[in-house]
Amino acid sequence: MIRIENLCKSFTLHNQGSAVIQVMTGADLSVAQGECVALTGVSGAGKSTLMRMIYGNYVAASGHIFIGDMDVTRALPRDIIRLRRETLGYVSQFLRVVPRVPTVDVVAEPLRAIGQDSETARHRAEERLARLNIPERLWSLSPTTFSGGEQQRVNIARGFVHDYPALLLDEPTASLDAVNREIVLDLIEGAKARGAAIIGIFHDEAARARVCDREIDVSRFAGVQAA
Amino acid sequence: MSDHPLLSVTGVTKRYGAHIGCADVSFDLYPGEVLGIVGESGSGKSTLLNCLAGHLAPDAGQVVFDTRGHGPRDTITMSEPERRMLGRTDWAFVHQHARDGLRMGVSAGGNVGERLMAVGARHYGDIRGKAADWLDRVEIDTDRIDDRPSTFSGGMQQRLQIARNLVTGPRLVFMDEPTGGLDVSVQARILDLLRGLVRDMGLSAIIVTHDLAVVRLLADRLMVMKSGHVVESGLTDQVLDDPQHGYTQLLVSSVLQV
Repeated sequence: MIRIENLCKSFTLHNQGSAVIQVMTGADLSVAQGECVALTGVSGAGKSTLMRMIYGNYVAASGHIFIGDMDVTRALPRDIIRLRRETLGYVSQFLRVVPRVPTVDVVAEPLRAIGQDSETARHRAEERLARLNIPERLWSLSPTTFSGGEQQRVNIARGFVHDYPALLLDEPTASLDAVNREIVLDLIEGAKARGAAIIGIFHDEAARARVCDREIDVSRFAGVQAA
Repeated sequence: MSDHPLLSVTGVTKRYGAHIGCADVSFDLYPGEVLGIVGESGSGKSTLLNCLAGHLAPDAGQVVFDTRGHGPRDTITMSEPERRMLGRTDWAFVHQHARDGLRMGVSAGGNVGERLMAVGARHYGDIRGKAADWLDRVEIDTDRIDDRPSTFSGGMQQRLQIARNLVTGPRLVFMDEPTGGLDVSVQARILDLLRGLVRDMGLSAIIVTHDLAVVRLLADRLMVMKSGHVVESGLTDQVLDDPQHGYTQLLVSSVLQV
């Protein structure tokens, strides 16, 4: 489902003497349907960079990233928009929302974007929020004032509201208590069972051991620093 | 998503004497897409928007719009009455200053109704009903339908301008700094409103702004302009998170973090 071939990434800092920072060379990785692969490596090894390249946030210097049969490194913006809408979900560490929008609508939005009617989308969003123990009295409020853990659970509810065939998870269990952590791990196992291909970053080792089939140490793709 | 662009822009150039307004701008906009145009003051973004919307005649280039009746037509070479008709039906223009887009001496209901009458609506009850419905959609109390916009706050005037523009069900909306000069709380309300309307009506939009937070929330795609030229374009979050051009890097790194 996800296939990465000979992927390289560098950043050119035009305003700092055009310094070129080579952060990744020759990354190879593939993830089958129903499989969950963990990215590991020390902080700064390039885990998040790789995730962002897969999602199309970062521009690859060279190489390929196939999601299904689409090559993200060469796709047009509108194709990536469609890919994100239908195929590729991303649970980031931070919730970014339009202020004032009620939590239930934030969670329902991915379903509205693929054309589901507001009633169905809302119903499914409420189901997800309930599953993640967000108290019902908060559903009509904007999540901008919620606690860190609550925001993260809203983010997860949003990421799991549509059954994406491919999912990227950036620290989905960080800042969660034991009960909610368990629920999130169940959701991940559920997604695998229905055939989703998942790439995740988990600092929580027990969680990683439980849901991940393989680990890839990203530091072996570390860039060769130009002299 | 349709495979035919709604708007196809090729080589649009506008000079003011020796000075370049905008130079050789080309892009396609597809149905349902929101394109943001950012750049500092004087970068040519408003000149470009005015060329696209038919307010300024460019010196070169084509602006081809997929019309309902006759398919793709170059709006620059079409006759003035045809272009005006487009401006009343399929196109809408939201100005930064609501007073430029509203008739300040006419009631709120009249402002919305006027655009309906321009496309042939004649039944008073229908027009008033539709105006009231739109005031409600932009969260203006329908009790204010007979009040003049001069008695409204800045945020209300902006929402009224949006209602006046969208009442005829346009397919393409041009917006020039739609939240500029408003309080942040009022901005948030307008952003939320615009996002809902864009999605529910399947609108395409071109938004000119210098506010990167606004485009991050509203725009699917982004074009960055400097000295009249497009220096970078792409997916909004890609341009903001991994800018490739030196000017964009400077622009993104200059934003104050809150």
